[in-house]
Amino acid sequence: MAGTGKAHLRPAGEALLRVEDLVVEFRIGRTGLKVNAVSGISFDVLPGETLGIVGESGCGKSTTGRAVMQLPRATSGSVVFDGRELTTLDKEEMREVRTKVQMIFQDPISSLNPRRKVRDIVMEPLLIWKRGSKQEQGEAVDKVLEEVGIDPQRAAESLPHQFSGGQCQRISIARSLVLEPQLIICDEPVSALDVSVQAQVINLLEDLKKAHGLTLIFIAHDLAVVKNISDRVAVMYLGKICEIGPSEGLYGRPAHPYTKVLLDSIPIPDPDVETRKVAVEGEPPSPVNPPSGCRFNPRCPNASDRCRTEEPIMREIDPGHFVACHHPLFGGEAPVTVRSA
Amino acid sequence: MSVVANNAGDEAAVARKKLGFGFWLCVGWLGLMLFVAVFTPLLPLKSPTANFLDSSQGRPPYAPSWKHWFGTDKDARDVFSRTLHGARISLTVGFSAITAGFLIGGTVGVISGYFRGWIDRVSSFVFVVLLSFPSLVLAILLTSLIERSLLTVSLVLGLLSIAPVGRLARAATLQYSDREFVLAARQIGAKDRHIIIKEILPNVAIPMSSLALLGMAVAVVAEGGLSFLGLSVEKGITWGGLIQLGSDASKTLEKAPWISFFPILMLFLTVLSLNFAGDRLRTFFDVKEMTL
Amino acid sequence: MNSSTPDRNEFEPLIETVNLKTHFRTPRGVARAVDGVSIQIRRGQSIGVVGESGSGKTVLSRSIMGLLPRNGVIREGSVRYGGEEIGNRTPKQMRSIWGREMAMIFQDPMTSLNPVMKVGRQVTESLRLHLGMSSSEAMAVAEKIFRDVRIPEPTRRLNQYPHELSGGMRQRVMIAIALACGPNMLFADEPTTALDVTVQAQILDLLAEQIRDRNMSMLLVTHNLGVVAGYTDEIAVMYGGKVVERAPTKTLFQNVKMPYTEALLQSIPRLNQPSHSRLAMIPGRPPDLVDPPAGCRFASRCAYVRELCRHEEPPLVQAETPDHTFACHFPVGSPEYHERRVELTRASGTTAGVS
Ligand SMILES: Nc1ncnc2c1ncn2[C@@H]1O[C@H](COP(=O)(O)OP(=O)(O)OP(=O)(O)O)[C@@H](O)[C@H]1O
Ligand SMILES: Nc1ncnc2c1ncn2[C@@H]1O[C@H](COP(=O)(O)OP(=O)(O)OP(=O)(O)O)[C@@H](O)[C@H]1O
Ligand code: SF4
Ligand code: SF4
Ligand SMILES: [Mg+2]
Ligand SMILES: [Mg+2]
Repeated sequence: MAGTGKAHLRPAGEALLRVEDLVVEFRIGRTGLKVNAVSGISFDVLPGETLGIVGESGCGKSTTGRAVMQLPRATSGSVVFDGRELTTLDKEEMREVRTKVQMIFQDPISSLNPRRKVRDIVMEPLLIWKRGSKQEQGEAVDKVLEEVGIDPQRAAESLPHQFSGGQCQRISIARSLVLEPQLIICDEPVSALDVSVQAQVINLLEDLKKAHGLTLIFIAHDLAVVKNISDRVAVMYLGKICEIGPSEGLYGRPAHPYTKVLLDSIPIPDPDVETRKVAVEGEPPSPVNPPSGCRFNPRCPNASDRCRTEEPIMREIDPGHFVACHHPLFGGEAPVTVRSA
Repeated sequence: MSVVANNAGDEAAVARKKLGFGFWLCVGWLGLMLFVAVFTPLLPLKSPTANFLDSSQGRPPYAPSWKHWFGTDKDARDVFSRTLHGARISLTVGFSAITAGFLIGGTVGVISGYFRGWIDRVSSFVFVVLLSFPSLVLAILLTSLIERSLLTVSLVLGLLSIAPVGRLARAATLQYSDREFVLAARQIGAKDRHIIIKEILPNVAIPMSSLALLGMAVAVVAEGGLSFLGLSVEKGITWGGLIQLGSDASKTLEKAPWISFFPILMLFLTVLSLNFAGDRLRTFFDVKEMTL
Repeated sequence: MNSSTPDRNEFEPLIETVNLKTHFRTPRGVARAVDGVSIQIRRGQSIGVVGESGSGKTVLSRSIMGLLPRNGVIREGSVRYGGEEIGNRTPKQMRSIWGREMAMIFQDPMTSLNPVMKVGRQVTESLRLHLGMSSSEAMAVAEKIFRDVRIPEPTRRLNQYPHELSGGMRQRVMIAIALACGPNMLFADEPTTALDVTVQAQILDLLAEQIRDRNMSMLLVTHNLGVVAGYTDEIAVMYGGKVVERAPTKTLFQNVKMPYTEALLQSIPRLNQPSHSRLAMIPGRPPDLVDPPAGCRFASRCAYVRELCRHEEPPLVQAETPDHTFACHFPVGSPEYHERRVELTRASGTTAGVS
């Protein structure tokens, strides 16, 4: 299957994480059908960078994040982290790599074991990896709890349900930090939170990133949140990356018709901005049977015959700004290429 | 209409739940029974097998009196002493049956719920097969074929509890192993064994422990049923056997109701306590998991 | 369509609550979920209710509609619909109002549709019940409504079950059910929270269009300030069971008075801000509804709090802008507000909490 190209990847040596042609398929029962959750995407993250991934529900954002962690393993493709190919590692080797890549999940409550004391939850990674003496472990845990703004004393006595959603998310963050990872994949960490609390968690992530020199992948469907936290943003649609670029450039001047649609759909918290008419008709098609050619073609206002047969390839239209579209909103028509399907 | 969502805001809303007086009453009763079951041989009781014929009272059975608190049966044996001795076998059978059921069924259930795949398919098939036998008939069949010692009767009843226990354990495990905290544990590098013991078991154990009490109640009743049919531990004194003795003919039941009444009362109170305590325990440990 | 409401006066509010209170008995004590709310909704007006989780938005809309649990509820105050007191009616008496006069759309379209009934029947049911239509008449009306809410292939969809439809389609069906009997008042409790942005925009536009075409009033509950900005005439901000500020949408965004509203507005990341700009945040958490603090309920989290706030509850007062009320001792723009603001800016070089 033709991917959407890799023109946007930076030199392999520079990236902390480099994902190429990642494909994840799920079989549906015994029907012989399969869900094409992720269909050949490539991206990379430089050390210290924050990559945002946006897209509608079901476009494969979480699947991508989990495939990086090899939970579950991808159907095909390569994931290189810190110079190591992860897809071929055995279970034991992968276990070790996981200490350097951590994940935070959307539902703050369900990601904490309801029957264990919060401090024990945060301590767990250290116990598993037998890091330091008992006392050192205790100190490390208290330090990281303080850092995320949770009282260690209270954490030692309380179960997760005695904390609010925002606090539970802080606890999840503390757990992922305690092993001092290099990369944290945040899968919609603020989607379940109130705006006021959301701001607290985003600010916290920014602070921690600076303090610990972290690299982040930030998955969300709220475009404004992603813009705020990311250096670079990738827009996904139905298992493919449509557009990737620096956040200012991508939001300021979207090139892919889908990115434009997404931006136009956001309700703006300002009554003076004229509410536009519906930005796009219809809903995303099923990933079981995705459209041929460009996957966005059934809903795209610019779609042509070419879009229905030929898959667009990633190309640069501005420095660092890449788009996979035959007829982008700027940057000119895609050159006709002769490719094998 | 959908229920109004709970809120994350009120952390203090987790009022300290109480188990309540009823629960402790039940526990007290069960403790007493346990004590009796363990220490019957040491208690200053009348011999359960001796015949206390009393020519002044005519032919046994004798009604309850100061001498025989629960009366005597028609062989003039002391019902009080026999009832307490009965506790020994009934409770032992109930307890060991459910322990066996939990060790085997619980382990298989948790393992197949966690790993799924072929293990799950095989064990689910076995559970279904086990469940489709009418359990009492199976118990009768087995016990009538074998030598009925304390051990074998317990094992037969234990066998019957494997499938229901296993299914519940599997369902609970399935539910929890999809939770993100299990994924979170996996991604900090925890091994499967560690995840099962530390993350899954504490969550599965609570609903299971209340099931254990309820299951024990069922086993005690089932043992009663078996011994009523004369199919429980041979030569042993059990509640079921005592009840059967007291109601073998309708005349006995009419003329000397106490022979079966007291064992029935004990059985009833014990089963009631087990059920009630199990139920309270479940609601007590039901961690309030708030929705956002 | 149907308008059996006494439409006496154009200017008389369609819905009016006076000091409405809804308290719940809980194991910890009485939770004051809605604690003295007085609002008016005129015919054709759409009002947005915003606030953090647990501020009482859902309970408020359900209290007006009379959809509260049977047990453990303490209700007080009055609810008038078209001038008639309905606050003390029993569910049985309310039944003639539900569906025909007032309808509600819930957040989760999956759990609020009956999974084992074809969606067509779920629409025709209320038509037949309330308007006494025959089944073929009702089917025809249902098809028309499906077309109105832009469900493609309405005839085929009528015969489908909820699980055969996508989330957006299900929400359209919910709207169709709510609109079926031509109510005058629509309660929409976070109707788009479970949906994707592109679908959310479609559904909100659809709602706005139907409200306009049918001259309905709407109470839109949401925590998304972007949604209220574009789709409501007026906004009521709730905090700890009370309405703390209320104003026409434009006024509120331009001339916010209550520090809580201001903080709420500042905490949302905006597309026109550069990346990595520091977000303003509200420290702490909403008040305990069982034992609310004396004085202003926002005091423990407010950057402008003074001694007075902790003792004396600020009353709802009129702002200089028309139709604008708020409850605060030291509102945005007051001398005390400015004074504190200068202090805050000086204290922290990085202006956290103040933009
Ligand atoms: N374990 C699974 N088995 C089968 N299909 C799956 C599985 N996990 C995900 N999918 C499907 O893969 C597709 C992508 O799912 P994914 O969860 O990655 O989407 P997402 O972009 O994270 O969406 P959301 O915003 O809703 O979280 C969806 O169609 C989903 O139904
Ligand atoms: N039936 C009930 N019994 C007890 N308390 C209740 C009940 N229903 C709601 N509450 C409480 O009333 C308060 C207000 O709840 P409500 O659902 O109105 O909040 P909301 O503003 O709609 O929040 P959200 O944004 O989370 O939907 C909450 O603290 C809630 O726990
Ligand atoms: S390739 Fe064609 S269909 Fe796809 S987004 Fe571009 S113009 Fe639209
Ligand atoms: S009354 Fe005082 S505490 Fe309350 S919002 Fe106004 S300034 Fe803040
Ligand atoms: Mg996801
Ligand atoms: Mg609500």
